[in-house]
Formats: sequence, C-alpha cells, structure tokens
Amino acid sequence: MVDMARNKRQLRSNLSRVRGLGSTREGVHHWWAQRMSAVALIPLSMWFVYSLITLTGADYQSFHAWASEFGNSVFLVLFIVTLFHHAQLGVTVVIEDYVHSEAIKMAMVLVVKYGTMLFAASSVFAVLKISLAG
Amino acid sequence: MRDDAKPLSPHLQVYRPQVTSVLSITHRLTGLVLVLAAMLLTYWLAAAAYGPDAFSRAQIVLESWFGRLVLFGFTFSLFYHLLNGLRHLGWDMGKGFDLTRLRITGALVVVGSIALTLLSWMWAYGHVGKL
Repeated sequence: MVDMARNKRQLRSNLSRVRGLGSTREGVHHWWAQRMSAVALIPLSMWFVYSLITLTGADYQSFHAWASEFGNSVFLVLFIVTLFHHAQLGVTVVIEDYVHSEAIKMAMVLVVKYGTMLFAASSVFAVLKISLAG
Repeated sequence: MRDDAKPLSPHLQVYRPQVTSVLSITHRLTGLVLVLAAMLLTYWLAAAAYGPDAFSRAQIVLESWFGRLVLFGFTFSLFYHLLNGLRHLGWDMGKGFDLTRLRITGALVVVGSIALTLLSWMWAYGHVGKL
C-alpha cells in the first residue's frame, strides 16, 4: 500500500504524526476558529448593518449618544474583536494558498497578524474613549 | 520530486471558469474587500474618538458620491460573504454538495446579496416605507 511505503520512508507511524497535529502543531484549530468566528459574525454583522442604517447622516452628537449607550458599546467591541480575528484567519489562508515563497509568505502573515491586532486595538480603544471619556 | 517541492494549490489558470469556481473566488475577493471595510471602520471610530471636527470631516468624505460608492460596494461584499458563508457552513455539515443544489444556493446567494444591498440602502435613505 502507498501509505505503508510512505511511512517506511518517513520512519514515522501514523500515531506519531497525528500526535504532532500536522506541520503547524495546531491540528484543526485554525479551521474551527474560522467557523466559530463566522457563526458569531452572522448576528453581529446584521446588528451592525442595522445600526449603520439608523445612523445614516448622523452628526457627532447623535453618533456619540448611540456609541456610548452600554449595549451598543459592548456589541461594537464584540463585533470589532470577532471581525478582525476572522479577517486575520481568512487572509492568512489566502496568503498561504497564493504566496509560494516561504520568506515572503511568513513576512506577509506577520504583517497581517500584527496589522489586524493594531486595527482591532485602535477600534476598541476608540469605542472605550467615546463611551467612557465622553 | 524533492520533499520541499510538494504541489501547492491552486492552479486557477488551468481550469475553465465555472459557476462554482467563480462564486468561490468571489467569496475570497469579497473577504479581502471586507478587510478594507474593517480598516475604514477603524478610521471612522478613531475620527469619532478624536472629536467633533475629525468626525465631521470623516462624515463629509463618507457621504461624498465616492464615499457612498465605496460603502455600497462594501455593503454588497458583506451580504455576499455572509450568504455564501452560510453555504460554506452547510457544506461543513456535509449538506448541499450535489450540482443541482449547488446551482440553486449559488443563485440564491447572488440574487439575495444584490436584493439585501438595495434594500439596506433604500431603508437607510427612507425609501422603504414608500414602496
């Protein structure tokens, strides 16, 4: 069998390989996290679109009043964190699929991971400043 | 074959475009577009955090014809990615893989995302009550 021949060449059993959870040592974690963040984003993004519709043409005062309302601040923070986490997972897969140079791939994935953290942190801090500091 | 020369996916140019593959690549494209939308959201929130002047400037940019065009594209991308994402979650549960259902759900995604985009914008500008 092909599998056995491959195992002989690699000198590693299937058990040893599955214990290592593949080349990234995380098994299906990436796949699962992408699905779970996607499910959370269904209600969150629908709430966000509805909010933007009601905020059309809003001036600073009415936007400020909306964003500093307790429930809206909480949902904004949840939406931001989930959105950038999901974005980071998705863009990483796209890079891994299309960028074939290991060095460029790693550099791009790092930029995406750090970049999404920067944008997520800035957005969350903005929401906190609006709602807490006035 | 060398060990580090394993085949890497995908070789898109080899295949003739089909409904399934076009919808699939559109899912990725809308996903990338939505990253830009998320960055614009950061700019918008940061502008509000800076104060009334910065927020007014952001609103002027976003309410210009170009700003609205970009936001319209973002709205479509969001609804497309959301509806096609539901399709993906269905596939993850092993449902809807036969060609007939692939075509039906694919058409629903395209029609649904255009309809929801138009509906949202008509609602936002107060035209829904008049229909």
